[in-house]
Amino acid sequence: MSAAPADALFEPRIDARRRRSRLFAGACVAVAAFTMTVLAVLLIDIAHDGWPYLTRSFLTRYPSVLDPKSGGMLSGIAGSIWIVGLTALLAVPIGVGAAVWLEEYAPQNRLTRFIRLNIANLAGVPSIVYGILGLAIFVRWLHLGRSVAAGALTMTLLVLPVVIIASREALAAVPNSIRQAAYALGATRWQTVRSHVLPAALPGIMTGVILSLSRAIGETAPLIMLGALTYVAFVPGGALSDYPSGAGGLLEWTQTALTDQFTAMPIQVFNWTSQPQKDFHDLAAAGIMALLGALLTMNAVAIGIRAWSQRTRT
Amino acid sequence: MPAIVRKTREGAIHAALFACAVVSILTTAAIVWVLVSESLGFFRHVPLADFLFGVRWAPLFEPRSFGVLPLVCGSLLVAGGALLIAVPIGLASAVFLSEYASPGVRQFAKPVLEILAGVPTVVYGYFALTFITPHVLQRLLPGTEIFNAASAAIVVGIMIIPTMSSLCDDAFRAVPRTLRDAAHGLAATKLEVSTRVVLPAAMSGVAAAGLLALARAIGETMAVTLAAGMTPKLTFNPLTSVQTLTSYIVQVSLGDTPHGTIEYQTIFAVGLTLFAITLTINLAAQRVIRRFREAYE
Repeated sequence: MSAAPADALFEPRIDARRRRSRLFAGACVAVAAFTMTVLAVLLIDIAHDGWPYLTRSFLTRYPSVLDPKSGGMLSGIAGSIWIVGLTALLAVPIGVGAAVWLEEYAPQNRLTRFIRLNIANLAGVPSIVYGILGLAIFVRWLHLGRSVAAGALTMTLLVLPVVIIASREALAAVPNSIRQAAYALGATRWQTVRSHVLPAALPGIMTGVILSLSRAIGETAPLIMLGALTYVAFVPGGALSDYPSGAGGLLEWTQTALTDQFTAMPIQVFNWTSQPQKDFHDLAAAGIMALLGALLTMNAVAIGIRAWSQRTRT
Repeated sequence: MPAIVRKTREGAIHAALFACAVVSILTTAAIVWVLVSESLGFFRHVPLADFLFGVRWAPLFEPRSFGVLPLVCGSLLVAGGALLIAVPIGLASAVFLSEYASPGVRQFAKPVLEILAGVPTVVYGYFALTFITPHVLQRLLPGTEIFNAASAAIVVGIMIIPTMSSLCDDAFRAVPRTLRDAAHGLAATKLEVSTRVVLPAAMSGVAAAGLLALARAIGETMAVTLAAGMTPKLTFNPLTSVQTLTSYIVQVSLGDTPHGTIEYQTIFAVGLTLFAITLTINLAAQRVIRRFREAYE
């Protein structure tokens, strides 16, 4: 058996391989394009179904059990605003505080590592499990009932890991030289954090916070677990004008709102979608458009903050 | 400011910040405590073996039966189908983003992909029920039921594409430029560099991405509840209605179940099962990243 010449063993087949590479690139582009097409189809389908129902009165009316044509989502919009507003009030200070501790204060020991691991795992806990937690702790144990307060507390626990992770990333991006400069001038740790690190990290923190709150707007499962109602013909607290004017009336209104039952935008969408009639489905599509509109607004604000901070920093 | 005041204030602030961090530990402890303590009540009535290995789930009507396998099977059917969609599409998108796309295309394509993860899951449920099932599945496969596992798997798959593509993209970009340059220097094509150099080097990241996407798919609730229906069934036929762990929990909480009854306690037993499964997968993902990461200087 004679040995084959060396260049016959080695076949570069460079043209065929290049062709295959280009083909693969084409397939990748096709896949990416397919994904975007799906997104487009989803939006067009929803807009097509929901547009006729998305009127001014849809946004300012209460839902109707019997007649889809006269249904609205006022109580859902009000409920969502209350829940997300309260969630922001609770989750932002706690989340940013925890992130500051982890990034600026925490010693390198087992406790710190455990807390970090724990936060990463909490971010992966299904949202419905937070709903079960809220049902057992806030609704039953603390006797808050199926109230706005219970909903907001549950939502706070749900978004906290996301807020902490986003804030930590923003804090970690602050250059160390800023901290060293502050320490060199005799600032204490808190003075350094408050006056130098936090302001530098603020745009990043705000972007992350807004994105995690926009997640809270769309969350349905935990609120259903808490027993948020599907038909609610009032807004939490009722009309502010029914209360005496001044701080006392405002306080009373807030107290009533916190203990009131509620519904939220995604819950109404869920409820309408689970009805068999086509009219209710179209109403759900209109509700989805309102929901996506709220999300889009929040994301636009987040992008705006990022762009603004990049402009002012340079 | 006197030193003593300053020192006290610093200490108080430190303590307050630490308290914020401790909230996360309390949350985990509360989740475990709630799930375990309420499940204990359930397991006083139902033997653990009957729950784990029973093949019939009928807790709400007589004759009752508390075998969780049909729910686990439903969850796996939907999540498995979702991975079949998300893994190839997510991987291809990540290869495209990290190896082929110009910075301009990347800057546009990445946020668009992320939108898919930002859409509320109830919206995907609507899409599955009113578009994918009647206009796609029932046209192609006329025997498809109105509620079916396939439509749920499709929308959950779409929803977790960004998880897959973002994490894989990060893993690919962590592979050093020099490895690619060396392969290109040996006349490798872009495809060969992607599949034989970058992909093996980033394998731990890709595996972790797959696991995290799987955990998300199993925990997904609203889209699955709307699209897959409420029929607990031990089946692998994706064209029929199934019930998942998550959609069972929703079903019970939508009804009027009195506190303290065994129906009420099933929420916690099923919730504990769900929590255990997703936690195991998440921990496995973290372990894969730590153990098998190729470290480059």
